[in-house]
Amino acid sequence: MTNEEMAQLGASIEQMTDIAKSFGLDFYPMRYEVCPADIIYTFGAYGMPTRFHHWSFGKQFHRMKLDYDLGMSRIYELVINSNPCYAFLLDGNTLLQNKTVCAHVLGHCDFFKNNATFRYTSRDMVERMAASAERIYHYELQYGRGRVEQLLDAGLALSEHIDASTDGRNARKVVKQQQFLQRRGDNQVVFKSNPHARTPYDDLWELDGKPPADDGKKPIVKPRAAQKDVMLFIIENSPALEEWERDILSILREEMLYFWPQLETKIMNEGWATYWHLRIMREMDLTDDEAIEFAKMHSGVVLPSRMSINPYHIGLAIWEDIERRWNEPTVDEIDKFGRQPGQGREKIFEVREMENDVSFLRNYLTKDLIEKLDLYLYQKVGNDWRVVETDWEKVRDTIVASRVNGGIPVLYVEDGDYNRNGELYIKHEYEGVELDLRHLERTLPYLHRVWGRQVHLQTVVEGRDVIFSYDGKKTQRRFVKE
Amino acid sequence: MIEFTLEREDWSLHRKGQQDQERHREKVREAIRENLADLVSDESLIMSDGKQIVKVPIRSLEEYRIRYNFQKGRHAGTGSGNTQVGDVVARGRPDQDGAPGPGQGEGAGEQPGVDYTEAEVTLDEIQAVLFRELELPDLAEKEAADMTVETVDFRDVRKKGLSTNIDKKRTLLQAIRRAGRPHEKRVSITPEDLRYKTWEDITKPDSNAVILAMMDLSGSMGLFEKYCARTFFFWMTRFLRTKYANVQIRYIAHHTEAHEVDEEHFFNKGESGGTICSSAYEYALTMIRNEYPPERYNIYPIHFSDGDNLTSDNEKCVKLVTELCAMSRMFGYAEVNQYSRASTLMSAYGKFELPQFRKYVIREKSEVYGALRHFFSQSSGGVRSA
Repeated sequence: MTNEEMAQLGASIEQMTDIAKSFGLDFYPMRYEVCPADIIYTFGAYGMPTRFHHWSFGKQFHRMKLDYDLGMSRIYELVINSNPCYAFLLDGNTLLQNKTVCAHVLGHCDFFKNNATFRYTSRDMVERMAASAERIYHYELQYGRGRVEQLLDAGLALSEHIDASTDGRNARKVVKQQQFLQRRGDNQVVFKSNPHARTPYDDLWELDGKPPADDGKKPIVKPRAAQKDVMLFIIENSPALEEWERDILSILREEMLYFWPQLETKIMNEGWATYWHLRIMREMDLTDDEAIEFAKMHSGVVLPSRMSINPYHIGLAIWEDIERRWNEPTVDEIDKFGRQPGQGREKIFEVREMENDVSFLRNYLTKDLIEKLDLYLYQKVGNDWRVVETDWEKVRDTIVASRVNGGIPVLYVEDGDYNRNGELYIKHEYEGVELDLRHLERTLPYLHRVWGRQVHLQTVVEGRDVIFSYDGKKTQRRFVKE
Repeated sequence: MIEFTLEREDWSLHRKGQQDQERHREKVREAIRENLADLVSDESLIMSDGKQIVKVPIRSLEEYRIRYNFQKGRHAGTGSGNTQVGDVVARGRPDQDGAPGPGQGEGAGEQPGVDYTEAEVTLDEIQAVLFRELELPDLAEKEAADMTVETVDFRDVRKKGLSTNIDKKRTLLQAIRRAGRPHEKRVSITPEDLRYKTWEDITKPDSNAVILAMMDLSGSMGLFEKYCARTFFFWMTRFLRTKYANVQIRYIAHHTEAHEVDEEHFFNKGESGGTICSSAYEYALTMIRNEYPPERYNIYPIHFSDGDNLTSDNEKCVKLVTELCAMSRMFGYAEVNQYSRASTLMSAYGKFELPQFRKYVIREKSEVYGALRHFFSQSSGGVRSA
């Protein structure tokens, strides 16, 4: 982008900001940064400009950059859920592309600010992650890069197993280093954090100089009910972790809590941003060439895929369908639901506030839409992947199921003292799709690394309950006797 | 609060992605080192006749997670209208069974099963790791002979020479010096100022070494045995050519009789017949006497066999090997013995306590790597058997 183009982009952004507001979009102050490709891809790989070092991010960066260099795929922008909201634009984009991206980003930011799923995410995560990265760097200096890397390997492998449910209790329970253990007489570990905490720092005020007495005994716990937050259970109860290790795992958990709403609203969020970049760009004065370039770019973004659901494509289609159905309700809908015409805009703003992908798809991916979009289910049949289902309800239910828990298998800690030997027992909540056993067997050692004793994971294989156990040397599997 | 800002900064010092990418590469290299045993016996490398470079896919380090089995689930896709049950969405690749996983991110691949990247490693990269560990044992400085390295060295300056070799600094100095004399008005370069750099031929004596590669090509050497032997010699040849400037390799093939063959024949042809190992040793001894006097050469005879020797020949073998050891820096005997048979030859050699004698048993492909390390390492004293 030349300086002249930068100036033009600035003028366009001003215009688009006004247009977006007139549509009723409500967003944080925006910070647009134009940067070169390798910077965008770095941020894309790390998910954040200020995250800690780890080789897996380097691997991801290399892959994304390679795809970009070979012209196989590209990302146009990167937007951070924060206040103010950071948006990174690619220097190599054309002026028109960057205009579109800015319009798109306004949609995202409105979604971040107003969707219920995002209610408890910290809006100062850029700074928090920078501070965390700094802490991890100091642990590297103190305990050695190898040990920290090993722990990060294990922690990242397990970090998806948290409980981000928006009742807020878990989301706000930010685990802090050192001050969180207080032992009671019955050897139970409880959190010291104040349930009425208003800021994340309240627990700091409570530090009154009484370090927890260490009697050398490790607490051995049974969760009162099955606990979905595996990470939290390990952080609180693992007998094998040192304080700095608990701190690092807490960092990973906190970062996952931040990213989680984005996993749960991928289709809604991308659809929403696409819906709005389309409408904002329509209000702009484009030259003929620009209009054609915009049309090409937009159709590239919403290109359907035979092998997957393109969230931009499906999301946009659903949003537009909702608006249409509430603008022009059928006689039936007016009779049955008392729906008045002309309420489309109002309705989509309500939906963007209330739903996540699961409810969004369940409520608004209709029979007509599935047939119009020609959605189907495919499966491996022999060596080929074939279409096996076109019935709309089954298609919808499968898509909904694939979005449950952000598409990640649900695990519950059942017992932290299994066999009365302090072993960890975790159960996979089987819902019809089997786990990847190769991955499972290689993830168990990570679990063992952070728990320090034998670990067990129960799941279902070929219709039978199976327990995988890892004792530090090898993995065993056995069937559960019925 | 300011509604928006638009900025462009200098990001050139931001190298985070590259740094962690480098760490990933380091880990891939570690993975190569750990998997050397399997890589060394990889067929696609050996079948490349040692000339063309074959790329070996090495799985980049996977990040393991608890996740769904993509192969077993049902997935949603988007058609272009009127899709029917039974339509083929994608053709499976049977060889990709071990690699499930959906494509990731925007522009997901049209093929399922591309979740991991393959860091391709060239033969050169494997060599670099492998050869770092290998060396010729007990290499001694031998009397300088015809085995020399020829190089050139610019070490003289003359008034005549090739114009490309003008020594500018000396020429200028010469001109300035001349200008300093009385009657000279200003500095100018005349032909008599010109100085040329000139080289001399230098010959450097190098340690001479010869490898006598002996291989049993009798009928009892099956596909597996030949494969292991050739794999070993393949890496040995490349290793010696890469690391040492003046190592000769002579190939001796034998069944009941021994004869010298060229490299191509040695690696590609099969023969048949019974086994008399002493024939090869005799041939080697003759070769040493005629061409490679031990006072001038480091001699390394290496023999591959399945150990299925004519029993009456064993005694003679022991005698000849003792003789060969006396002349050699190291004598290597490798036996490919897949089923751990009792081998007459190995039991005959078992009694040796000669410092030069090394033996190794290869039971499976991956042990070729062990054999390479065993033979091409500095002597650790005594005889080790696998």
